[in-house]
Amino acid sequence: MQAWHFTEMPYPDLPPLDTLSTMRVSIPSKLYDPKIGAELYNRYLDEHMLADELGLNMLLNEHHQTATCINTCAPLSAAILARQTSKGRICILGNPVANRADPIRIAEEMAMIDCISRGRLDVGFVRGVPYEIFAANTNPTQTVERLWEGIDLVSKAWTTTNGPFNFEGKFTHKRAINLWPRPYQTPHPAIWITGSSDIENIKRAASRGFVFATFLQPHEKVKWMFDGYRSAYRDTGLPGGGGTAYMPLVYTADSDEEAEKGARELTWYLDAKSEPQYRNPPGYVPVEYNVQALKGTFTGRTDAMRKQSIEYLRDQGVIIYGKPDDVAKQIKRLYGLVGGFDHLLMMGQAGHLNHEMTKRSMTLFAKEVYPQVKDLARTRPLEAQAAE
Amino acid sequence: MSVAERTASIVNVHGIDIDVEIRGSGAPILLIPSEEGLEAQLPVIDELAKTHNVVIAFPPGFGRSERPDWMSNPDDLAYVMLDLASQLGLEKPALVGFSFGGWVAAEMAVKNAGAFSKLVLVGAVGVKIGGPYDVDIQDLWVQHPAKVAAFKWADPEKANRDYSGCSDEELSIVARNVESFARFGWEPYMHNPKLKHRLHRVSIPTHLIWGDKDGVVTKDYGRAFAGLIPGASFETVANAGHYPQLEQPEAFAKALTKFLR
Repeated sequence: MQAWHFTEMPYPDLPPLDTLSTMRVSIPSKLYDPKIGAELYNRYLDEHMLADELGLNMLLNEHHQTATCINTCAPLSAAILARQTSKGRICILGNPVANRADPIRIAEEMAMIDCISRGRLDVGFVRGVPYEIFAANTNPTQTVERLWEGIDLVSKAWTTTNGPFNFEGKFTHKRAINLWPRPYQTPHPAIWITGSSDIENIKRAASRGFVFATFLQPHEKVKWMFDGYRSAYRDTGLPGGGGTAYMPLVYTADSDEEAEKGARELTWYLDAKSEPQYRNPPGYVPVEYNVQALKGTFTGRTDAMRKQSIEYLRDQGVIIYGKPDDVAKQIKRLYGLVGGFDHLLMMGQAGHLNHEMTKRSMTLFAKEVYPQVKDLARTRPLEAQAAE
Repeated sequence: MSVAERTASIVNVHGIDIDVEIRGSGAPILLIPSEEGLEAQLPVIDELAKTHNVVIAFPPGFGRSERPDWMSNPDDLAYVMLDLASQLGLEKPALVGFSFGGWVAAEMAVKNAGAFSKLVLVGAVGVKIGGPYDVDIQDLWVQHPAKVAAFKWADPEKANRDYSGCSDEELSIVARNVESFARFGWEPYMHNPKLKHRLHRVSIPTHLIWGDKDGVVTKDYGRAFAGLIPGASFETVANAGHYPQLEQPEAFAKALTKFLR
């Protein structure tokens, strides 16, 4: 099992949350102090550099117009880490290809970062969560199609090495596509994709040898998704070789009290507030889901995890916290409950969790927990097939 | 309000299934519903059907009409609706469009005004009047639902529709209407930048009917829209928001029948 350090790079220094209608999309930027922001950016990058020193990998994402994540441009932070770190893998999870105008620009950015990092980059693609629709102004009714057209075009651009080609797709038209540089890794970096309910999308990712990642879901649902992945998984021989990834909130401490304190700080992320119209833009989910919404039985994907007790979340594997041996035990339990997984994506910093507490948890994890879980077996195809 | 009970009638227009309801006989009226899709229930339709052949036709993506994947805006929908009118043999019908359906009707009229006797646009969207920073058409998707209700209705309580008696099939139509509205109106937001440069082609008597409290597209927008169509007249319905036909059905009926007479 590979372990990854992750923070959304939050900007938590906000007025009391009950005085805000939203932390996303329309929160005024006068609430952002650039001096505080500067400290935060540097601090979060320092924590990633610590992860690298400790033997952990580095996971990055991006969001827009939100205080929950000021990493608005993950390729920029990945480029910084490509140069400032030397050992760990760097994964962007992911590039919002459905929300970006030009997939070829993404292909170029990833190829350049892969070269600077000497092949340490994994490249995730995401459809983008509902509220991202507004900042990107993407038509919400076609994001899955855009995602896949974009992934296919990026892959084609990475792997076409004998000169230019034209592309006239549904969402992108480009001429003389001819990538310089091409990626350091051959044929290209491992591709990751995220999901939370669309099992066909998960199987599609599996059949292409992509890593499938999901976040903060109850373990039964995670197992359902990972079983779907395993049922369709074909090892295509890509670097990384596909597999499954799960993100819980993780806090490791010297005592139970400190562990709970850290875990409670991390739940800030689950309390992120937004106005209702940002949660389900028209056509973002299929008509069947919106029929349920009209009946009041579908309230959006993340609502299930909100307002739950920390004990419930721990039982579900959504939060893992405790002393090192307890954390290892909880990871192994989760591993068993979901049928195994390959990448532990640890949200090890969120909200007001300060630098000292973040560092302590990361260090304890790396030294005392990671050795206990590192050798857990990797995902295998249900019907193992040779690489293409 | 509940979703209308309608007798199923699907017309295949060059390979695309279109949801059509036909009532009465006489001089034809082709009516394009709003994104709410509730106009078929209006008493004025039955009133008009006593002396007219009223054809209520849902554009692709609305009602039970098919939505081919290649279609991206009302320009595409207009061609299908023109083909439908011709296929049904409607002889110079009066064309009436509501809100988004008004946009579709305007796109039809600029393409072939000669196919119609009159044009009525009710709270129509579809043109951009001001500059890039001007909010000509309120953004219905990025604002809080309570604000949106106040833009749409003179009485915002009207926004609270009761779906409890609806079947899944009826709810699917509601949900897909919402989806199609976004598919075709997302960007450019609720307008075709080219439409205002084509409206001079509308050479038939045209009347615009507007809710005087319309907060989605204000009276001023309506007047400016009318100003782009040669000789078009404009009137408002009192105490009505964006859907005067639903909010003040009697006053609306008067305005409509007077112009169609």
